Amino acid sequence: MSEILVKNGYVYDPKNGVNGDVMDIAIRDDKIVDVVSPTAKVIDASGKVVMAGGIDIHAHVAGPKVNVGRNMRPEDKLFNTSKRTKMTRSGGGFSVPSVFETGYVYSRMGYTQVNEAAMPPLLARHTHEEMADTPLIDQSAYTLLGNNWLVMEYIKRGEQDKLNAFVAWMLKATKGYCIKLVNPGGSEAWGWGMNCINVSDPVPYFDVMPSEIISGLAAANETLNLPTSIHVHPNNLGHPGNFQTTLDTIKLLEGVLPRDGKKRDQVINFAHMQFHSYGGNTWKDFETEAQTIADSINKNKNMTVDVGFVTLDETTTMTADGPMEYYLHNTNHLKWANADIELETAAGVVPYIYSPKISVCGIQWAIGLELALLIDDPMQAFITTDHPNAGPFRRYPRIISWLMSNQARLDRLETLHKVVPDRVAIGGISRVLDFYDIAKMTRAGPARALGLGNMKGHLGVGADADVAIFDYNPKTMDPTIDPAGIEKAFTNTAYTIKGGEIVVIDGEVVSKGHKRTIWVDATDGVVDPVILHDIDKKFLRYYSVTMNNYPVQDEYVANGLIVKPEAA
Amino acid sequence: MKKITLRPKDKEYMFLDADNVTPDNFAGKTLDEVRAIEIYEGNRTYALGDYFEVSGETDPDPNEIGILIDGSVPKVKYIGMKMSAGKLLVKGSVGMYVGGWMTGGRIRVNGDAEAYAGIGMEGGELLIEGNAGDYLGATYRGDWRGMKGGKIVVNGNAGSDIGESMVGGEIVVKGNADLQAGIHMGWVSKKKDNPTIVIEGDAESRVGAQMTKGEITVLGKISYWLPGFIYQKDDQIDYDGKQYAVKVYQGDRGEGGKGTLYYAGA
Repeated sequence: MSEILVKNGYVYDPKNGVNGDVMDIAIRDDKIVDVVSPTAKVIDASGKVVMAGGIDIHAHVAGPKVNVGRNMRPEDKLFNTSKRTKMTRSGGGFSVPSVFETGYVYSRMGYTQVNEAAMPPLLARHTHEEMADTPLIDQSAYTLLGNNWLVMEYIKRGEQDKLNAFVAWMLKATKGYCIKLVNPGGSEAWGWGMNCINVSDPVPYFDVMPSEIISGLAAANETLNLPTSIHVHPNNLGHPGNFQTTLDTIKLLEGVLPRDGKKRDQVINFAHMQFHSYGGNTWKDFETEAQTIADSINKNKNMTVDVGFVTLDETTTMTADGPMEYYLHNTNHLKWANADIELETAAGVVPYIYSPKISVCGIQWAIGLELALLIDDPMQAFITTDHPNAGPFRRYPRIISWLMSNQARLDRLETLHKVVPDRVAIGGISRVLDFYDIAKMTRAGPARALGLGNMKGHLGVGADADVAIFDYNPKTMDPTIDPAGIEKAFTNTAYTIKGGEIVVIDGEVVSKGHKRTIWVDATDGVVDPVILHDIDKKFLRYYSVTMNNYPVQDEYVANGLIVKPEAA
Repeated sequence: MKKITLRPKDKEYMFLDADNVTPDNFAGKTLDEVRAIEIYEGNRTYALGDYFEVSGETDPDPNEIGILIDGSVPKVKYIGMKMSAGKLLVKGSVGMYVGGWMTGGRIRVNGDAEAYAGIGMEGGELLIEGNAGDYLGATYRGDWRGMKGGKIVVNGNAGSDIGESMVGGEIVVKGNADLQAGIHMGWVSKKKDNPTIVIEGDAESRVGAQMTKGEITVLGKISYWLPGFIYQKDDQIDYDGKQYAVKVYQGDRGEGGKGTLYYAGA
């Protein structure tokens, strides 16, 4: 039995309504408890900020396309390598770091759970192998289903029961956590050299519309009572004027409530909303529509977004939105990789430089911040960079410093292209977020949206003992005038505790950790021989593997933690 | 200028990575501190003093430091990497990546240089009195931004792919060059950039493949031409105080390129 007492920190724990009170946090083994014995190891957190471990709801950190990014960008790790130490392995890469580096950097920032946002089912085994090699952090992976042939066939034939069963089978086969839709229908259309720009554009051959795919999978999600909602990367990412497509997507699920409102509030989480809040008609008159989108999210309490902040860095874009990456390659003419995953999805990878000197990049930077500041409830908007698409995750501390300081934003705005201030609204938004809001956007909010609100993202009794302690005194220091101090404090924690084990002290990794992989098994009473026969036929006819070789075996899942929804 | 001499000891090694051997790194250090500077063999770390006898004196200002490597070190890589000031003289041959990513100062190699000399160079001067290997003044694997500035002069011959993805700066080869000199040249050059390659001897095939901007001058013969270079006119150029009658070509049209190729070998 191991016990830790975190004493006298300024605790920010939105779920339990604790806003900067000086409190002790008691830990026994891997859980937070009421009291510990006098022999417990004491961590003095006086004058420091204490939060639950951070949760990244959307990042691309493991799997085949991340690896394509690593392979095609040797220059990304040319001068970004770290040496082996007694406790850590060597690693490298700025925008697409190696798996070990990924675990270390996240832990140093106080993150304890990171969710891989796009796992192609056929290559789920690879994704799990990489996650198994990512130390220190808990992980889950979102199974890509928005362009799957069987999904589209069931939706076209109106066979909702079979769709439910297929989704449950796929989540178990891939050891995935939720239903992820990326450019629903559009990535399949890419196989014909086409795309689905609007939610009403029919998918070639299958003749279903993205709107039907989104509604159908959302219905399956609620029928199966899965822990989290569907996660959607809407159609028409990254094009001027795409906010209209986004509004159309929002309309599809207006007023729909989750089946179990105790666990979560949303029926849809929009991925990287920044990329979907664009106005104008071309890149020449490109402008923000963050206000329109934020108004819509403020009205729809059954929806959440992760922002996808542009950090103005050189990075590597990678998404299961194949046509978008082709478009991007034609914009910047840099190297491009494209991959088609049989009956399932199509991905692309292109390096990208978000240059502060380019007007479009500056406007994108502002749109992300505007969204976060114009959405009233931080429990609906989460901090992500869609790593590495809008910027590398190691920039989260800088994003936090922008959100907490209007002056920091104005200073950055001044250095951008001269047309930026006229096309954005950020200059007129004086709202600054406090530590309580940041804890909602990075801890309580993502945990609740993932349906893990009782286990993760808070410091109440019974929660997982994931704690981040930042060396920043909120009583004597002022984040609104000290962005550099905030960035420094959030880059390297004083302590990161994961599962009751101290893994980082003063920015140094001191443990190899005990990571867990969280996945969802919703097959009980849902999957029957009829659906298995259907799936088997598809494998025999189309897949390059047989159905028996397809599911990820248990031994590939590092310390699996199975979440079972209550019986449907 | 203060001179500091590194004399190779008679010691066996596979290859050494000596990216810390620059005037910038020596500045303000005592001789003992210089001897303790890290040098790598594979994944093992050693001290510079393990492989070199260090003598002379240093200065707080890297501009005032001249490093003399008194011997041939063809298996020591990354000498002068990222140096920004001062001088470096090698009395012999050097290994790969000499002067890589340097931004200023001067390097002179009495002997030959292995591949990747002056890779990613941004400024300063690199003089190789012997022959240079492949990828002289080229870009790192995968990167599309090659040599950005500075000047490289090779008195002997150079290998293949010299000036690959060159953005700016100047390369002069007084001997012959091997395959595809200036490949991908000028592709991401800005308006003010004008990458330049001069080959005084012969050039093997595919000179300027996929170049879009910049100038290549070949005074000798090109053995195999790319079809993407279109004859423009006859002209006279002035080079090194002499007049040459040249044919002027534009290319590589395969990439819609507007690079210029001056050819005196016809």
